[in-house]
Amino acid sequence: MRRSLAPQMKFGVLQFPGSCDEVDALHAARRVGDAELIWHAERDLHGADAVVVPGGFSYGDYLRAGAIARFAPAMESVIDFAHAGGLVLGICNGFQVLCEAHLLPGALLPNANLRFTSRQVHLDVVRPDTPFTRACASRPHAGASSDSGEDDGPSQRLSIPAKHSWGRYYADEPTLDELERSGQVVLRYAPGENFNGSLRDIAGVSNEAGNVFGLMPHPEHAVDALTGGDGSTDGLQIFESMRLTVEGARA
Amino acid sequence: MRARVLIRPKAGILDPQGAAVERALPALGFAGVANVHVGRLIELDVDDPSQLDSMCERLLANPLVEDYEIQVSE
Repeated sequence: MRRSLAPQMKFGVLQFPGSCDEVDALHAARRVGDAELIWHAERDLHGADAVVVPGGFSYGDYLRAGAIARFAPAMESVIDFAHAGGLVLGICNGFQVLCEAHLLPGALLPNANLRFTSRQVHLDVVRPDTPFTRACASRPHAGASSDSGEDDGPSQRLSIPAKHSWGRYYADEPTLDELERSGQVVLRYAPGENFNGSLRDIAGVSNEAGNVFGLMPHPEHAVDALTGGDGSTDGLQIFESMRLTVEGARA
Repeated sequence: MRARVLIRPKAGILDPQGAAVERALPALGFAGVANVHVGRLIELDVDDPSQLDSMCERLLANPLVEDYEIQVSE
């Protein structure tokens, strides 16, 4: 990763009782910047430039996934941070938490097949111009056809793992139409990849302002060729996009 | 006062749990079963039952995807 003399951007990664992907998220964030964990009981976001709400089973997923985490003291600060325009990324359980907090539209329901599924998925980047995906447009991916030259726009595809049992994206039809119209559908499962029954193949959505983004698959698990499911490091593009956004805003 | 809150998936939303139970019953020989839906039951003692609606809206149910029904016994 590029380094400059300016201070690195800092990610704050929330940690709830029952989180399990916060260390991977921390590790992924440190590939592009500085990062530290923020315990759920804290209200101080440690001066973070961007917040990651990680995957796992916050508060045991009791009642509904994300329902109780949404009221954590740290989340109250994250809600204020988001309303002030700060970048907030929710991954898997973090996506569920952001929906429960009404920072993102819709809800995540049990997978249509009722099974916990862990697999590599291919995602189409519908919007390669958001604060969370802007690095996708410029970086070729091993899975893209080699004769297509430079990847452009929606043809860009990410290969990253997904692992969940509550990942079926749902919003009512008028809301879905509005999300499509306003360009808030950022990622879709590629054809044949929608294993959880998400409506309109939606894998990731943003809020209307574009500074809050949630997705069910796990970019933080695809940042190292040694351990990425198929050797993919595509997940780094999400973190790199956030770095570009934060550092671009500073310049 | 004792209260029960019944929570069920909103009509029209795919309910794979209900569908699985609906398929399982005939397999055990129970015929004539239709429209099975699986929800949750929350029982609680409350001093002020007038707060139950707000409890449901804010925490107990997700009104986007679930309907709730409050039953209070004196």
